[in-house]
Amino acid sequence: MSAPGNFPIPERGPGIWQPKIQGIVCNWCSYAGADLAGGGRIQYPPDIRIVRVMCTGRIDSLFVLKAFADGADGVLVSGCHFGDCHYLEGNYKAAKRMFMVKRLMKSIGLDDRRFRMTFVSASEGAKWGAVVTDVVKTIRELGPSPITELKK
Amino acid sequence: MAEKKKATTKKTESKKEDTKKVAPVKQEVKKQAAAPAAKPKAAAASAAAPAKATVGSTTKQGDARIGVFICHCGTNIAGSMDIEAVQAYAKTLPNVAYVDNYKYMCSMPGQSVINKAVKENKLTGVVVAACSPRLHEPTFRTATKESGLNPFRFEMANIREQNSWVHMHDREGSTDKAKDAVRIAVAKAALLQDLFPKSVPVEKAAMVVGAGVAGMQAALDLAAAGIKTYLIESDMSIGGRMSQLDKTFPTLDCSQCILTPKMVDVGRSDKIELMTWSEVHEVEGYIGNFDVTIRKKARGVMTPKEAEAKGIVGGGCNGCGDCEAVCPVVKPNEFEIGMKPRKAIYINHPQVVPLIYTIDFNSCVKCGLCVTACGPEKRAIDLEMKDEFVKVKVGTAILATGYDIFPIEKKEEWGYKRFENVITSLEFERLICASGPTGGHLVRPSDGQTPKRVAFVLCAGSRDNTGTGKPYCSRFCCMYSLKHAHQIIEKIPGCVPYIFYMDIRSFGKMYEEFYYRIQDEGAKFIRGRVANILEDPKTKNLHVMTDDTLLNRPVDMEVDMVVLAAAIQPKEDTNRTRKLFGVSCSMDGWLLEAHPKLNPCGTTTAGVFLAGVCQGPKDIPDTVASAEGAASAASIPIHMGEVELEPYFASCIEEKCAGCGMCVNLCPYSALSLVEKDGRTVMQVTEAKCKGCGTCGGFCPGGAIWMNHFATPQIVAQIDAFLLGGEQ
Repeated sequence: MSAPGNFPIPERGPGIWQPKIQGIVCNWCSYAGADLAGGGRIQYPPDIRIVRVMCTGRIDSLFVLKAFADGADGVLVSGCHFGDCHYLEGNYKAAKRMFMVKRLMKSIGLDDRRFRMTFVSASEGAKWGAVVTDVVKTIRELGPSPITELKK
Repeated sequence: MAEKKKATTKKTESKKEDTKKVAPVKQEVKKQAAAPAAKPKAAAASAAAPAKATVGSTTKQGDARIGVFICHCGTNIAGSMDIEAVQAYAKTLPNVAYVDNYKYMCSMPGQSVINKAVKENKLTGVVVAACSPRLHEPTFRTATKESGLNPFRFEMANIREQNSWVHMHDREGSTDKAKDAVRIAVAKAALLQDLFPKSVPVEKAAMVVGAGVAGMQAALDLAAAGIKTYLIESDMSIGGRMSQLDKTFPTLDCSQCILTPKMVDVGRSDKIELMTWSEVHEVEGYIGNFDVTIRKKARGVMTPKEAEAKGIVGGGCNGCGDCEAVCPVVKPNEFEIGMKPRKAIYINHPQVVPLIYTIDFNSCVKCGLCVTACGPEKRAIDLEMKDEFVKVKVGTAILATGYDIFPIEKKEEWGYKRFENVITSLEFERLICASGPTGGHLVRPSDGQTPKRVAFVLCAGSRDNTGTGKPYCSRFCCMYSLKHAHQIIEKIPGCVPYIFYMDIRSFGKMYEEFYYRIQDEGAKFIRGRVANILEDPKTKNLHVMTDDTLLNRPVDMEVDMVVLAAAIQPKEDTNRTRKLFGVSCSMDGWLLEAHPKLNPCGTTTAGVFLAGVCQGPKDIPDTVASAEGAASAASIPIHMGEVELEPYFASCIEEKCAGCGMCVNLCPYSALSLVEKDGRTVMQVTEAKCKGCGTCGGFCPGGAIWMNHFATPQIVAQIDAFLLGGEQ
């Protein structure tokens, strides 16, 4: 079975791993963009759960690490384009922090492709769909997070 | 914290009963292992909660009684997921005291379901799983408030825009996602606190940026409502695009005749402070209290008012034009799209408001002839004038920045700027206008002859998916091209207009009738997108090549002149202006409204509104209607006198603050400062300046910043709820 959109509907059932992806997005751009994707009925895989914050600047690096420690297979942080931040420059500050997280992930041996920061504006519904589809695809290729694997 | 631990152990014990399919057996083991690792940090994070609990909260997490209300939204949600399963699942969640569903939660009966449930079940929090909080959070907050709870005890789970609508063919995935969304929302709702919005007074003044017909109408309406209005225009006079037009469709009344009285009204109104040749330079503050810095560009000429302020009684520019007569510099006039000369000191056209000359300092040679011509009494001209910065305070602002013509020379196949007799519609307007460069005689630019065959190319750059043009419909080109056809039939006997069109979009009141009328008058319509235009080098006539899609045959038509109905695009400076006011834009650059249907004049920045074409292509009636709508919306906070700000402020947990001051520099609004308190240095928040972005809270190395409604324990609880589960 497949859905209109560039992805198949996966096989589900007991014992079949499904990716758990934590999304943390800003209220003004990416959350609105995700809403627009809804309005436009742009189909993407359902493996992401969104936590809404007012600005990506609010996102503590520890939130990302907490998600990974809790067993997330991937984390997506998404905010406004540079220069478009509702709070002037929160996304610049977030981006700096997120680079730090990526460096940290690399040095502890956690594939940094599991974590992504994107910029999706309130008018980019189609882009939001493409971003999530791609994130899910990447995570499916990478497989379950080694953190959860180690705990077995 | 004790409750949290209990919940974790309970969850692992009763896991076998869980019917949730995405939680296979191996994840259970994983979670057990994950729990201890996660605890210390969760403990550190939620330790902040008791410290703050004394301020706003009345219930602890363990005592929370949450009601979950699931909306079907007709079949919008119910059609893509199993509502019954979501409801059954919600009942198993900790702290959930009541679960219900309804066809339309936002309707009156739906809201009374919430009201009744809160009262009967002594709920402490409400979760509605429905559409986006960006759409109905205010609605349900009001419902929560009416049921006797603090409105901020409400949390929304988005299961429509970000679930049922985007996973329409994946019922299982959609249902699982909805269950998780409810669980995440319940986890946050259990930790929500009572919050109280702050009321701030609203400055009894408004600002309108752009003085085209939209900006003028908005300013006039605001002034009529008794509100002091600053009208900012970057050009030297008001009127905008409409002042360049000759006639308007479908009534064929003269644009100047209906516009100039409005321009005069604007100039005359004592409530409107008109600032032409000015730009918004900086915007600070928030709804009710915007501090706007305006850059008054040096115009080199003083108004009578400015002259009086400088002690020159009876001086200043009176618009006599003596200076223009002596100025030796000749430049193309931009208002006439370069088809008429102007001097370095000039006005756009004789009817300008305000009637004040302006010096183009880029071309002025500072010879001083104009100063002599102006004379010792008026002394209006100051060649050394510098830009000035003026600060004003306003409660609300309207953006009406308008549009530019798409540079149609980018579509090389039509030969604009290569072939002399290919012109744009705006140039046609100036040529056919009695006050234009030819006095209203339509002539060919190549030889000054009157054309007998004129081709109109519609959708020139609009509805163009090649990447060069614009994908959208510019919305008024069909109609003005019909009007142009009428004008040449009327003015030039024997002249035939040929209209090359894709569709004629005559959607407005009396527009379709106008279309019939032009057909009857003898205009020729050829359905086909023009592929190419070639010039006969000898006669300078043009060959329009297309496919007649109705007769299904190729067309090569020789005409004397081609008029391109060029697409429109946002005004050049729109991007800079919108960023100052924190307004988003759509992919094409048009400014983004708060909601395309329910709030087309509002923006996501409270107190900033949109009027006219800056929001998207509009004809004049729609532009004026949108301007009146924006003016009405902008006057509401001013007449109310005060507005409530969302209480998402930062605050300092002083016992944790090390006084490092890292946050102080991070704040984009300078809302944070370091103060001495009980012999320690701690951070202090100026609530009036804080906009609640949380950039400080996202960085604080000690976790000492509490962000209302987006507090660290609340966000961590959401992440934990998703990844560690939380079923009982």
